[in-house]
Amino acid sequence: MSERNSEAFLVGLEFEGTGVHPHSWRREDSRAEELFTASYWVDLVTAADRGGVDLAFFPDSFALQAEGRQATRGRLEAVATAARLSAVTSRIGLIPTATVTHTEPFHISKAIASIDFSSSGRAGWQVEVSDTDVEVSLFGRKTLQSNESLWEEASEAIEVVSRLWDSWEDDAEIRDAATGRFIDRDKLHYIDFEGKNFSVKGPSITPRSPQGQPLITVDASRLEARELAVQRGDLIRISASDVNEASATARLVHDHAAKIDRCVRVLLDVDVLLGADRGAADDALAELEEWAAAPYVPKSLFYRGDSAGLIALLREIRGNSGLDGVVLRPLALASGVEKIAADVLPELNLRPRTGPTLRERLGFELPVNQFA
Amino acid sequence: MTQNRIRKQVHLGAHFPGVNNTTVWTDPASKSQIDFSSFEHLARSAERGLFDFFFLAEGLRLREHQGKVHDLDVVGRPDTFSILNAVAGVTTHLGVAGTINTTFNEPYELAKQFSSLDHLSDGRAAWNLVTSSDAFTGENFRRGGYLEHSQRYARANELVDAVRTLWDSWSTDRPLVDRERGIFATDQQVGQFSHTGEQFDISGRFELPRSPQGHPVLLQAGDSDEGREFGAAKADAIFTGHGTLDAGKAFYADVKGRLAKYGRTHADLKILPAATFVLGDNAADAQEKAYQIRRQQVGPQTAIAFLEQVWGRDLSQYDADGPLPKEDPTDDVNITRGRVRHVKDPRAVADQWRAKSEAENLSIRELIIEVTARQQFVGSAAEVAAEIDSYVQSDASDGFILVPHLTPAGLDEFIDTVVPELQDRGSFRTEYAGTTLRSHLGLRHPHEQAEGVRAS
Repeated sequence: MSERNSEAFLVGLEFEGTGVHPHSWRREDSRAEELFTASYWVDLVTAADRGGVDLAFFPDSFALQAEGRQATRGRLEAVATAARLSAVTSRIGLIPTATVTHTEPFHISKAIASIDFSSSGRAGWQVEVSDTDVEVSLFGRKTLQSNESLWEEASEAIEVVSRLWDSWEDDAEIRDAATGRFIDRDKLHYIDFEGKNFSVKGPSITPRSPQGQPLITVDASRLEARELAVQRGDLIRISASDVNEASATARLVHDHAAKIDRCVRVLLDVDVLLGADRGAADDALAELEEWAAAPYVPKSLFYRGDSAGLIALLREIRGNSGLDGVVLRPLALASGVEKIAADVLPELNLRPRTGPTLRERLGFELPVNQFA
Repeated sequence: MTQNRIRKQVHLGAHFPGVNNTTVWTDPASKSQIDFSSFEHLARSAERGLFDFFFLAEGLRLREHQGKVHDLDVVGRPDTFSILNAVAGVTTHLGVAGTINTTFNEPYELAKQFSSLDHLSDGRAAWNLVTSSDAFTGENFRRGGYLEHSQRYARANELVDAVRTLWDSWSTDRPLVDRERGIFATDQQVGQFSHTGEQFDISGRFELPRSPQGHPVLLQAGDSDEGREFGAAKADAIFTGHGTLDAGKAFYADVKGRLAKYGRTHADLKILPAATFVLGDNAADAQEKAYQIRRQQVGPQTAIAFLEQVWGRDLSQYDADGPLPKEDPTDDVNITRGRVRHVKDPRAVADQWRAKSEAENLSIRELIIEVTARQQFVGSAAEVAAEIDSYVQSDASDGFILVPHLTPAGLDEFIDTVVPELQDRGSFRTEYAGTTLRSHLGLRHPHEQAEGVRAS
């Protein structure tokens, strides 16, 4: 089990549309016209990469967003977006959401492993379920499942993906001209998974990727996902209304993980709206709420104000031993990324982490192959 | 000049050398088939050579021989979508085409994945659609081998229709962004779709605006009558194996002849056979190189494995440099699984092969080298350019998808020497005229094609 480094403090960013506020597209600086172009995503994520953001999260769902009139609608596939960015960024971790309810774990396993190859070891996967009738109708193959069934299936999917990632040993490719063998087939493994929801034979078509096991992220802000998060997650996202509550939750998660000999990193979601000062941020929020004709309901701790205030809040969170970092969720993405990269991160004096892969930079050990 | 302007243009695709025995891995120049640097190398070379597209094949289960993972050829490949998106990031004009199976994917996710690839590549995506009913492959998927062989095209046809419905579900190419009036999309019902058929019953709202190409380019591989009809009805390009000039002309005429009943014109469908090539300083030098490459492709163990596929039994006691077995084949022709090479009548094939090897005094390995030969262009750069051009000018093809035998630098010599020859002939572009794959291939926007159908 890896030791958590209390000095390490991870900063992730949620790359959601024009921002997590569904009406953020109406801001003059939103770049809404470019939402479905590569240049929009490349600009924002490379700025975050250069600015020292550790992790880029790309949320996704099969359902079209439906937050009322005048809200942003439409989303590029998160796995595709992460892959598009993989060869043009250098340090940032790329963590797309891929849902497991209507998809094939075999496809997910090779898709994430391939991003791990194209990013030289910077891929992760945020596991999600599809829990609406709307999504059921898009696929037409299943009926709506209970929460329990959804997360049980998710657990099976993670098990399949994890086994597929290990189904090639690292040195399976031998290129032995004397015997004519390209691989040593004894180092490839059928996973022979038999579960309640599906069975998968294996091995993967894709060799073991640079990280071996790309980082698995689970959003544990929903209680029904928390058990799975501790059992299966490397990065665990939590929500809280203040730092004390976040700290208590983080300690619970860490204690639980320690009992089953797992090392996890707990990241607190923080909704963020930055302005030149508190007044400007308040005005920006009022504008968004007016467009939405509804008050903004933050997902988690909500910071609005100037960059200095965010820096102080992040120092407070860092000083709290239970939390390993944050996932900043800008309400307005383009301006948020710019300010966070230019003004906030330099002030935190984050130590550049070293290690050839994301997993190593985050202090996780390289995983031992379960089949070797 | 006038002649140059009207000369039929050659289209070229760059096939990433993959999992097959044509990819020579014993050569010191052979590098990784999985590190991204290899995909990047081939893609950048192909773009430098002004190719139409980069092509990535797919396999969803590792091949087996005699019940064990086949270990003689290159093994290990990536996810098609992830690598095409990454390749789009390191190129600017090159099309990104990949194989995706219609059996083990659902229309909604495919529509989203290909639309995303087309958006993220600024209009360079292509889908090579293959069908499968293979229970062997199905063992890696939730539904297993659920599809009857005869239903492959039924599902593929309906799947393409459903995917197109989804691609067309937003009424404009880009969402209208009207900050003043607070209008993001054109209307509140954006993306609404419904498709009900034998294979799928789906409805809801799609998540993406029309992609830059309207529809990603559709490639199709498959040579049965059903496959040809499917290609004529729906594909933008057909990826064939018809190598010889006469076979190519016959196929070309047959498939293009089927277009009219679908309201389509000859220009709406390109015929692009796969081809390998070997270049030398002169014809003799190239022939010698080709001979050496064939021996690398068919090593003694590979020759025996090919023979075992026909004989249906273990022949490991035989010497590849010796004569064919005297014993007869069994009826088990599924000794190799995970690739399309099922021999229907093994005894007849064995008799043919025996006759050939006796008449020409061929060892097992020499025979296999002969009978597994694929279309290839062998010669000096000028000769190869002339031959490729003659295929295209005589309507045996519209170009070729080139399969180099080395990863990843196997196209470099072709690009440096044959491409200029083709350009000198006026048969190949000297710069990209547009930025989308449809533009490179001279294909109309799908909605213009649909207009044509309505008008006719």
